[in-house]
Amino acid sequence: MSEPLLRIADSCLVLTQRLTAWCGHAPALEEDIALANVALDVLGHARALLTRVGELEGAGREEDDLAYLRDAGEFRNQLLVEQPNGDFAHTVVRQFLFDTWSATLWPALTSSTDEVVAGIAGKAAKEAAYHVRHSGGWVIRLGDGTQESHARMLAAVEDLWPYAGEAYLDDAVDVEAAEAGLVPLPSSLAGAARFRLEQVFAEATLPIPPEPYWQRGGRQGQHTEHLTYLLADMQVVHRAHPGATW
Amino acid sequence: MTVELAWELLAEVPDPELPTVSVVDLGIARDVQVRDGRVVVTITPTYSGCPAMQEIEDDVRAALSTRFADVEVQTVLAPPWTTDWITPAGRDKLAATGIAPPGARMLPLLTEGQPAACPHCGAQDLEELAAFGSTACKALWRCLVCREPFDYVKAH
Repeated sequence: MSEPLLRIADSCLVLTQRLTAWCGHAPALEEDIALANVALDVLGHARALLTRVGELEGAGREEDDLAYLRDAGEFRNQLLVEQPNGDFAHTVVRQFLFDTWSATLWPALTSSTDEVVAGIAGKAAKEAAYHVRHSGGWVIRLGDGTQESHARMLAAVEDLWPYAGEAYLDDAVDVEAAEAGLVPLPSSLAGAARFRLEQVFAEATLPIPPEPYWQRGGRQGQHTEHLTYLLADMQVVHRAHPGATW
Repeated sequence: MTVELAWELLAEVPDPELPTVSVVDLGIARDVQVRDGRVVVTITPTYSGCPAMQEIEDDVRAALSTRFADVEVQTVLAPPWTTDWITPAGRDKLAATGIAPPGARMLPLLTEGQPAACPHCGAQDLEELAAFGSTACKALWRCLVCREPFDYVKAH
């Protein structure tokens, strides 16, 4: 029953790893700090949920075991978050697509029948609300900005749009967990998330592409090759020096 | 060996990132129970990713160990921390060190509020420079009168 929580936790963890690669490289100091701060919050969500997953599965695994000692096929993150950082437009679009999902998910998750999960969600909901306003602000600024920034945003949306739907597709695991009250059904979040996305895209003068075939499979463990390289970076020290401490 | 003594010791434990205020001023220390010489302190993080939690836990344990033989520190997430728990004394201490204390929290949480006044000159003509500041709990603002930038503890 911890599988649906692992899907959320892994999406947070993998996105964090992507965001931290911007540290020291963002286009402006303020945004460098912003991306690192967002990553810190999202890492907090991942750690709390991974710890809970470990408790629920009862096999003695802790957050570090789950983060560092699983291979790509055991990760349950949505494909969106493992996509490369690209240029700043790609990072902004990926972040906004993630934030529209998470800012809708966390408030719903505060009614989880699992009290620990509800507690994690209560904190995360406030933080995600701040994140989505920030990333939405960038979508508007760049989309409704210069010719160059507009063109780059169009390209980023085109590249990432096929990954924008997976978070809202239900499978049997989701249905069972939703019936038990552990997590909301992914499809139940789609309307509110879409509403926010339409508002921001309209203000950003960015057209919303037609519905594609949504790329999927990450939440079931089938990933793009990007995840393997990301995990190699993230896990190498822990695996090369088992049990090492600072 | 009383609850009051434990609170007095906690009031001397500074926040690692805002050392002018204590963990009591910030509302991080939530509860104290004392039974048979054993003290149990409950703390809560300000933000989910707060990197200072381990240090706060260690500092709390060290401070209480000076007077209590048996100290336990528990971390809880619910109810979620809010800037409404920062005490009036804590707000004064923040302002005195040039950090604008949080404004009123808006419901629903559509804004993080804004500083009431510049902590340096008291002017109210202010602008936000960056939504994220030197720690997770702060944003960077600037006074348009004295032109000084300052940290603002976001209403949260």
